[in-house]
Amino acid sequence: MTTRSAAPYLALDDAEEGEPRPASQPGRPPWRARVVRGARGWWRWLTSMPTALMLLFLLALAAVPGSLLPQRPLSQTAVAQYFADNPRLAPVLDRFGLFDVFAAPWFAAIYLLLFLSLIGCLVPRTLGHVRSLRAAPPRAPSRLSRLPRHADLSTDLGAEQALDVAEEELRVARYRVLRKDGAISAEKGLFKETGNIVFHLALLALLISLAVGKLWGYEGSVLVQEGQGFCNTFQQYDTYSAGPLIDGADLSPLCVDLEDFQARYEPDLTPASFTGDITYNRTLGGPDEQATIGINSPLRVDGTRLYLTGRGFAPIFSVRLPDGTELTDLSAPFLPTDSGTMLSEGVLKLPDLGAGRDQLAVEGVFLPTAADVGGGLLTSVDPRPLDPAVAIVVYAGSVGLDSGIPQNVFTLDQGRIGRGQLERVGAANLRPGDSLDLPDGTSITFTGFKEFAALQVSRDPSQLAVLISALAMLAGLLTTLLVRRRRVFVRPGDRVLEIGGLAQGGSAEPAEFARVVTGIRTALAAAWPTDRREH
Amino acid sequence: MSDAANLAGLADTLFTLTILAYSLATIAFAAELAFASSAQRKVLVATEGSEFPQARTGFSARAGMVAIGITLLGWVLHGTILLLRGLAAQRIPLGNMFELATAVTFVGVAGFLYLVIRTPRLRGIGLFVTLPVSVGMVLTGLFLYAESGPLVAALRSGWLVVHVTTVSIGFGAFLTSGIVSGLFLVRSRFEEAGGSSAEVSSRVAHRLPNAETLDRAAHRLVVFGFPVFTFAVIAGAVWAESAWGRFWGWDPKETWAFIAWIVYAAYLHARATAGWKGSAAAWINVGGLVVMLFNLLYVNLVSSGLHSYAGIN
Repeated sequence: MTTRSAAPYLALDDAEEGEPRPASQPGRPPWRARVVRGARGWWRWLTSMPTALMLLFLLALAAVPGSLLPQRPLSQTAVAQYFADNPRLAPVLDRFGLFDVFAAPWFAAIYLLLFLSLIGCLVPRTLGHVRSLRAAPPRAPSRLSRLPRHADLSTDLGAEQALDVAEEELRVARYRVLRKDGAISAEKGLFKETGNIVFHLALLALLISLAVGKLWGYEGSVLVQEGQGFCNTFQQYDTYSAGPLIDGADLSPLCVDLEDFQARYEPDLTPASFTGDITYNRTLGGPDEQATIGINSPLRVDGTRLYLTGRGFAPIFSVRLPDGTELTDLSAPFLPTDSGTMLSEGVLKLPDLGAGRDQLAVEGVFLPTAADVGGGLLTSVDPRPLDPAVAIVVYAGSVGLDSGIPQNVFTLDQGRIGRGQLERVGAANLRPGDSLDLPDGTSITFTGFKEFAALQVSRDPSQLAVLISALAMLAGLLTTLLVRRRRVFVRPGDRVLEIGGLAQGGSAEPAEFARVVTGIRTALAAAWPTDRREH
Repeated sequence: MSDAANLAGLADTLFTLTILAYSLATIAFAAELAFASSAQRKVLVATEGSEFPQARTGFSARAGMVAIGITLLGWVLHGTILLLRGLAAQRIPLGNMFELATAVTFVGVAGFLYLVIRTPRLRGIGLFVTLPVSVGMVLTGLFLYAESGPLVAALRSGWLVVHVTTVSIGFGAFLTSGIVSGLFLVRSRFEEAGGSSAEVSSRVAHRLPNAETLDRAAHRLVVFGFPVFTFAVIAGAVWAESAWGRFWGWDPKETWAFIAWIVYAAYLHARATAGWKGSAAAWINVGGLVVMLFNLLYVNLVSSGLHSYAGIN
């Protein structure tokens, strides 16, 4: 099989026709030959351009549900909500992996087929290109007038002299020139194919780099209040995801403390910057180093990156039990539900108030700048903590932290309220210093707030390889789209120089050929000695 | 009133004037098509050799030249809107959807003007560029308008300039290319029918440049737009790596950019494949534009993702 028929599809910008299939041989081949033939036919189908196009479309189509349906890696909550809203449809969609499309086997099947198709096309095509880079331009066809571009230049120069002139002209125009059997073949723009192959090879490299990153990369997130810290171990993250080939021991020994968090706003309350001053050390017992991280400016330490991805407020409460026991500095991060006003929701769960005593849960909203909208309802009118308040509801009973079922730390299990395991015992709007007294004599005081930052640690060992692959793709793409491949043939006739031109892709610029012809015409005229022109 | 507010106010006035200019150009282009005398129709149907301007004489040709002049004027005003909004906010004027849409149509019109300079007979598609651009700008003004203002913290990065500028340029090229491919489909059907048909579409089609010219123009714009768009996606990934902690995360906007990239890659391949070049490739190009528009409108306005910077409440 020739490279041409095996690999018609790499051409980004030029048309090539596949060769007709070889006629099947008469007689019934033995089974092995049939299998080989079948496999070959399948392979030819897979590596053909129409198949590749169909696979491309399939890949584009397959990505669509990934943006229209909630995706687990992006938001578990949104997926749970979808299940609640569509209890019959969701499990069916889930069976087809539609809530994690980009990790679904059928999605992988499409792009693996596509890349198999690409490799099957790329290998013979690369070999063919290497051969053609070494080979001389093809010999001139017998009838130049049949070529798409054609011109006859009359000249009185002898055949060899005229060819000399044309050859010189073509070499100046940077054509590769072969002069053989009294004719010239010239060729230009072989780099078009080089760019084409580089683009597709880089695409393969990109996919391999992405796979490496998925296998050996990890990412962990944690909410850290001012004055607190964490170390880079999976146990300390609120959520993390890690490639299958990495284990806890591979994590770099980075420890981080959040000293101070600052949010700045423009006069119109557009957020201007969020920054966190941190202290970190990169080795166990190593020296402390200082840094400030913020949106768009992560900390990069030996390939491990630390990001500030979010922020919020954590109201602080103190609880005085009926026996006089005072518990202070109790806080939990409340998640902002409106980034414009930083109205935040959350729950403080208090499971350990002493033996035989009911557990408490303080559920509510935090309002950085509270405003009364009437009827005792509060809302927030400013993202800055100018006049903070909380609106809370207190439940007593069993919050269920010891039930063994994992719980969302930011919400209260509403089922426990419905089942009577938690009973509402009080509600109030509190400003700093205000207290809520419960019927059993417990008193809950809102004492203030802390800011917290959402921090994320990421490592992707192949990130640089991905970037280099992508840039190589771009370079290949530009080369293949900008360079035009063309051939020019010249043959002398009777007091005439015949020129034929051929450009790959059929969309040849007539102007390019005209330039060559004009160049040769001018050169011919210049080469014709003046004294002989004058008679 | 502060200088910034004055500049922003002036930009709003220019926005109206730009729409007015493109609308007048639309009328003039329509007049050019409507008054091309029927005696000349045969010439217009004819071959590549017949140069468009010579095929139209008298009133029609003058209307066409006037239309191009007004389009050029509108385009200069169009660019000035962006300039003034940039000056008013002291930043690159690509911070919200209003500015992005304004930039995309600006590049789209630039693509059309470039085509006309390269191939004068492509003036015949002017109506189908200025009309959708006028309508698009009216809709932009009605539904996407956002006051000139400071950027949110997440957008304060040097990558904003690189990423959003190249997105706008690529998108603008795709916009005009998609329109040209649409016209190619109309025209090639007309040519296949032998150049004579009583349908309304054919009455328009016989005044369009020939199919080969349209096909080449559409391709040329994608050949320009595709590497620019590729670069824009790469720049976006580099930015996302420092802003969101990963270079690619299948955010809805990223997903649709991926889809668009695949569709345009398919277009370039299809155009070079027997059995796909021509109408099939043109349909893919039109599909690519639909994907780009969907990515602009649906993903920013309806779905919630990291790219929600519409600036519309």
